[in-house]
Amino acid sequence: MASADSSLRWKHLHKVLTKPGPFSDEDWVPGSETISALETSKILGAGGLGCEILKNLALSGFKDIHVIDMGKSPPITFSGIPQLTLTDTIDISNLNRQFLFRQADIGKPKAEVAAAFVERRVKGVKITPYVGKIQDKDEDYYMQFKIVVCGLDSIEARRWINATLIGMVDPENPESLKPFIDGGTEGFKGQARVILPTLSSCIECQLDMHAPRPAVPLCTIATIPRQPQHCIEWAHQIAWQEKRKDDPFDSDDLDHIGWVYNAALERAKQFHIHGVTFQMTQGVVKNIIPAIASTNAVIAAATTSEALKIATSCNPYLDNYMMYAGEEGVYTYTFEAEKKPDCPVCGNLARNMTVDPDMTLQEYIDTLGDRPEAQLKKPSMRTEEKTLYQRFPPQLEEQTRANLQRKLRDLVEDGQEIAVSDPAYTIDFRYRLLFK
Amino acid sequence: MLKIWSMKQQQQQAENAEGAAGKKKKKVTAAQLRVQRDLQELTLGSTMKMSFPNPDDILNFTLTIEPDEGMYKGGAFHFSFNVNQNFPHDPPKVKCTQKIYHPNIDLEGNVCLNILREDWKPVLNLNAVIVGMQFLFLEPNASDPLNKEAADDLRQNREAFKRNVRTSMTGGTVRNVQYERVMK
Ligand SMILES: [Zn+2]
Repeated sequence: MASADSSLRWKHLHKVLTKPGPFSDEDWVPGSETISALETSKILGAGGLGCEILKNLALSGFKDIHVIDMGKSPPITFSGIPQLTLTDTIDISNLNRQFLFRQADIGKPKAEVAAAFVERRVKGVKITPYVGKIQDKDEDYYMQFKIVVCGLDSIEARRWINATLIGMVDPENPESLKPFIDGGTEGFKGQARVILPTLSSCIECQLDMHAPRPAVPLCTIATIPRQPQHCIEWAHQIAWQEKRKDDPFDSDDLDHIGWVYNAALERAKQFHIHGVTFQMTQGVVKNIIPAIASTNAVIAAATTSEALKIATSCNPYLDNYMMYAGEEGVYTYTFEAEKKPDCPVCGNLARNMTVDPDMTLQEYIDTLGDRPEAQLKKPSMRTEEKTLYQRFPPQLEEQTRANLQRKLRDLVEDGQEIAVSDPAYTIDFRYRLLFK
Repeated sequence: MLKIWSMKQQQQQAENAEGAAGKKKKKVTAAQLRVQRDLQELTLGSTMKMSFPNPDDILNFTLTIEPDEGMYKGGAFHFSFNVNQNFPHDPPKVKCTQKIYHPNIDLEGNVCLNILREDWKPVLNLNAVIVGMQFLFLEPNASDPLNKEAADDLRQNREAFKRNVRTSMTGGTVRNVQYERVMK
């Protein structure tokens, strides 16, 4: 298969994959099997770092790459051929980490442009782009991949993919466990981590490591703005509410951002505040963290190098968290983040509980008090779509009381998960109810 | 990869999974679970009621505060609570659904309460928010105004402010703004 040309391209990579090194695992078999494992691994790259990740994956020998990115206007970019044209139009003035791009690509979806570019540059690689949010896709979609690499720019999206990948793990099917490699940057700081869903510490376990950025008090915004950001927050949160109440604000809609920008500018003038720009408006309303191209490159490189090691087993992978601090000199540190036993996502995964489906909910609750593994005397419980019984507040208790007399089979499905809270315990419990 | 899968199998054996795992079904989300717990731990005095338009959706509900002392005594104030899936990382969104005269609540219903914004922490719970809301009616404060006129009134002439509160609560007009009648 390999032409002379392509074997040259992969010469160095194949060196690593065809000979054991001092750190490779004893059981590892180098050679063609390992190379084909790499080439057939379907891998997903997502998020704002996705393009950088995509390029690295393609150059690391992955051949079946999918990419998700919702970015629209800022064009894509590749290190190698500098072509920088900055004008002050909306489409390109907001390029902070878009170091290089082609004029012709402006306004096209990032993921598509990137896919086409990489396919042209790296022969034999197939890239499937999807323009949209990671939340648009369901478990069936994620199930097709071997590894998921994300460089997402919001905590919300991270928590979503984390919970989704953990929820997909089916103990009967080892391939349902998708190693999840997460990269993130914030200015000169960044982190890369390897998460083995349900096996190692997850995003949710580590949530307290990300302190939310302090918000500006609403009162300051409403009455005495002091900074250009306060004017933007005012336009975004108060003026929009007043003037365009029936029009839900969409931070990806440039017209909406433009409206907020103009309103903020007007207010800034009133209070003699300088410095409101379109770019700043976009940053404030989207809560964008400044992105530095080289930090992104470092982190994207770290995540893709882990993907290569996991897909081929050629060298031990990161276990499990690498932080990179470039804001004051350079400092990196690797440690093993711990799995929290009471993590709401990966901790207390559902335990199986066999029940008689003809028992009423009241009878089931009574058994929870007696079962040695439960001993829950005052539980409240629900499924994802239904409140089964909630003891407090009284209004909700009244609304759910009728369920107590209903049979389990009328309230839950066989194999469905319920979550139970009891004031006597600080943690909650999840049970998968299996009908007898 | 094989190594990772065998790690999973070992973990599974260690847990000694009982019986078949069954088909995968939707899981209760972290936000739902936390709200279920928070609701259970609420302490609602006689001055507060909650209502759930859809009892299966515990992330959206209404809180009614009926102060039995202070300047707002005799009124019934409704607040909508919207908790998103990012709770408790994000605070709940709380809005007053009536147009009321209050220095810390604007005419759109936005509420100025520090723990709903800059001082929110995931360790805080719904009870903390509800206690804070109740406090706003006992001690309206002029130093963090959202309704600037009301705050000026409170600062300059407390007695006149009290009269304005009564006027507004019965649906009257204060400084050219007509307020909603909120008496029980
Ligand atoms: Zn976890």
